[in-house]
Amino acid sequence: MTEPAAVASAFQEIKSRAQSRWQELRNNGKPVILVGAATCGRAAGALEVLQALRDEVKKQKLDCTVIEVGCMGHCYAEPLVIISKPGYPPICYGHVNPVIAEKLIRDFVLGDDPCLEFVLGALEENDLVPSFQDFPRAGYEEKVILKNCGLIDPEQIDHYIDGGGYAALAKALQTEPVAIIDEVGRSGLRGRGGAGFPTGQKWQTCRSAPGKPKYVICNGDEGDPGAFMDRAILESDPHSVLEGMIIAGYATGARYGYVYVRAEYPLAVHRVQVALNQARKQGLLGKNILGSDFSFDIRLFQGSGAFVCGEETALIASMEGEPGMPHYRPPYPATKGLYGKPTIINNVKTLAAVRHIIQNGAEWFASIGTEKSKGTAVFALAGKVVNTGLVEVPMGTTLRQIIFDVGSGIPGGKRFKAVQIGGPSGGCLPESALDLPIDFGSLRDAGAMMGSGGMVVLDEDDCMVEIARYFLEFTQKESCGKCTFCRLGTKQMLEVLSEITRGQGKMEDLEVLTELAEDVMTGSLCNLGKTAPNPILTTLRYFRDEYEAHIKEGRCPALMCQELIAYYILPERCERSCDACIGTCYVEAISPNKQRIKVIDQEECVKCGTCVTSCPPQYNAIVKLSPPSKVPVSKK
Amino acid sequence: MTAEEDTVKQEAQRILKRFSRKKGNLIPILQKVQGKLGYLPREAMLEIAQFLGIAEVDVYSVVTFYNQFRLNPPGKHSIKVCLGTACHMKGGYITLDAWKRRLGIDVRQTTSDREFDLDSVACVGCCVMAPVTVVDDKPEGRVEPTKVDGILLAFEREREEGKGSQ
Repeated sequence: MTEPAAVASAFQEIKSRAQSRWQELRNNGKPVILVGAATCGRAAGALEVLQALRDEVKKQKLDCTVIEVGCMGHCYAEPLVIISKPGYPPICYGHVNPVIAEKLIRDFVLGDDPCLEFVLGALEENDLVPSFQDFPRAGYEEKVILKNCGLIDPEQIDHYIDGGGYAALAKALQTEPVAIIDEVGRSGLRGRGGAGFPTGQKWQTCRSAPGKPKYVICNGDEGDPGAFMDRAILESDPHSVLEGMIIAGYATGARYGYVYVRAEYPLAVHRVQVALNQARKQGLLGKNILGSDFSFDIRLFQGSGAFVCGEETALIASMEGEPGMPHYRPPYPATKGLYGKPTIINNVKTLAAVRHIIQNGAEWFASIGTEKSKGTAVFALAGKVVNTGLVEVPMGTTLRQIIFDVGSGIPGGKRFKAVQIGGPSGGCLPESALDLPIDFGSLRDAGAMMGSGGMVVLDEDDCMVEIARYFLEFTQKESCGKCTFCRLGTKQMLEVLSEITRGQGKMEDLEVLTELAEDVMTGSLCNLGKTAPNPILTTLRYFRDEYEAHIKEGRCPALMCQELIAYYILPERCERSCDACIGTCYVEAISPNKQRIKVIDQEECVKCGTCVTSCPPQYNAIVKLSPPSKVPVSKK
Repeated sequence: MTAEEDTVKQEAQRILKRFSRKKGNLIPILQKVQGKLGYLPREAMLEIAQFLGIAEVDVYSVVTFYNQFRLNPPGKHSIKVCLGTACHMKGGYITLDAWKRRLGIDVRQTTSDREFDLDSVACVGCCVMAPVTVVDDKPEGRVEPTKVDGILLAFEREREEGKGSQ
């Protein structure tokens, strides 16, 4: 170990330099405007807002800073803009468009009107505007890993250091590596990629394994459809992940690190690259980090779009230039990984949590959560829920609290049906399971799994057979083909499910499905195959009546399966003088009859549902019917 | 060797110069070559195999294993329809149908005028904007069949204006 004082003073120097540079930009009485421009913000038009803000600032010749930040988690209100003006609390505005952006500059930054009509919430409690702390969700949320997200500039290392970044690394470098492993072990941190393996134990195995050089890989191959936590963290706070990796490298005696990011996340790739360059420039990466005798460097590796590469042995295969096929474990990568050397593979969120454990101590981390699952869980809340976005809650929070209190329930007055957790490996849990406290064990008992944290809420309009079919289609396509049961079993199950959604199923099919599910689970090497049947098994367990309706009556109770529904215009409700649906139907399947009542040609109809949206609410004349035979035969 | 094949070969060689002859570089090399050429032509794959000293079939097996790599030239504009869970449940498959119908091609194909290519993608992580279509690397939120027509119309406009100014 190097002289601790040398590391401390080296870090102090970097820190004061970063602070003075950052303070100069920020705290000299100038207003600062933050624009949430992670991928989700961009999809909602954040870049246009950013441009509008910059243009207006220039036009008004204002002296204020406009910064691009990551995702705050309030994705339902994107694009988000936060304005900190001296004399006011920092205020967050939601659903901003270029016109509102210009208004904000003119009325609030230049004038004194904080434009309360566009306010989402203030970041601090105050007397002027309601703050996020007043939201019901504030009582449930506890932000640890997401603390910085959306509030710091991900492309400015100064900003990260100013907020306490890399202090954990400096502290770690002044401690014995074994003590760090012990600290992480005692904190009870478990892998956030889904499996929940104790992180300390993994590090210990890697440290004591023979072979050099050792590697640390950050698994950012977030392939689960419906999950975007890792993307958001890499885009919003990349340094927190790098810091965790460097500490992991120091603790395990590794020399090189790789951040493995999906190529589908171009912005995350860019921001990690920028972060790596900046950290290297500051001496936080490379030879003799902070003047210690520890050297560590990180490179970026872009995944090429294969879901199975989220599995660690397949991930390693892809980095070695092979097709991403998993192999049998043991040996685990911690003893024999990349190029046959001991390798740590940790999820993005696991690594992002490390710095907080080092800074605040194992006891602090262990005090959050439940007995067997410590710390917080990050979920990506999507689907039929009002407040979609990122959520971080202590382990042990119930699903009901997350969906109804944090997420504000189901939009449009619809009824909750199920929540899909854990992506293709997880399952669909019904209303009765909503009071489960979330941790690694409880979800597995219910038939789902934590997965990496994707949570898609489904309402009464979603068909459970269809969602099982959707996931099977996904796993079948992504199966690497190594194990026969996974390769052929998923295909067979998909065919059976497809037949059921087309109304051609038989009651025996349900037994076949259960039987195949067991075989695929036992006959597969990696977790892709082992968990692929989960969506089928959980839907069969909780929503068997829907399968039966499809099979016995040819009816889709949720009116979703395209082959089992028909759109129909109720003649008594159709307004003769209105042609709204005709214009919007882009296959020209709707025409008026002699009485000018509109009729859908069922042969032509592609069941896109556009006409339903176009029919004015006061007529509300178009309905979905299932089975399609319910449509009365029309006279031409 | 045709002139086109010759350029492909030269481009590939130019990119290969920046890499060491390690098999672990195969995927980064393929990504760079595809980034430059838009796809992976046969000549480029042969060149890469030779450079890394591995069998040609090994390069081909990696290229066909991963979703990111394509063997045919892309169109001028790329359309990628997200079929993640949230997008699917909010009608992403209907949007994909609309694109197929409008462009007259299937997934992983390019229109005959090479204006558009169509692909599906597992999840771009913008689940809250579902259903999403990524148009030329820009994620567009809430793309329903009517918006498909809107996007196509905008391209058509652009093309006409381009012609007008010439």
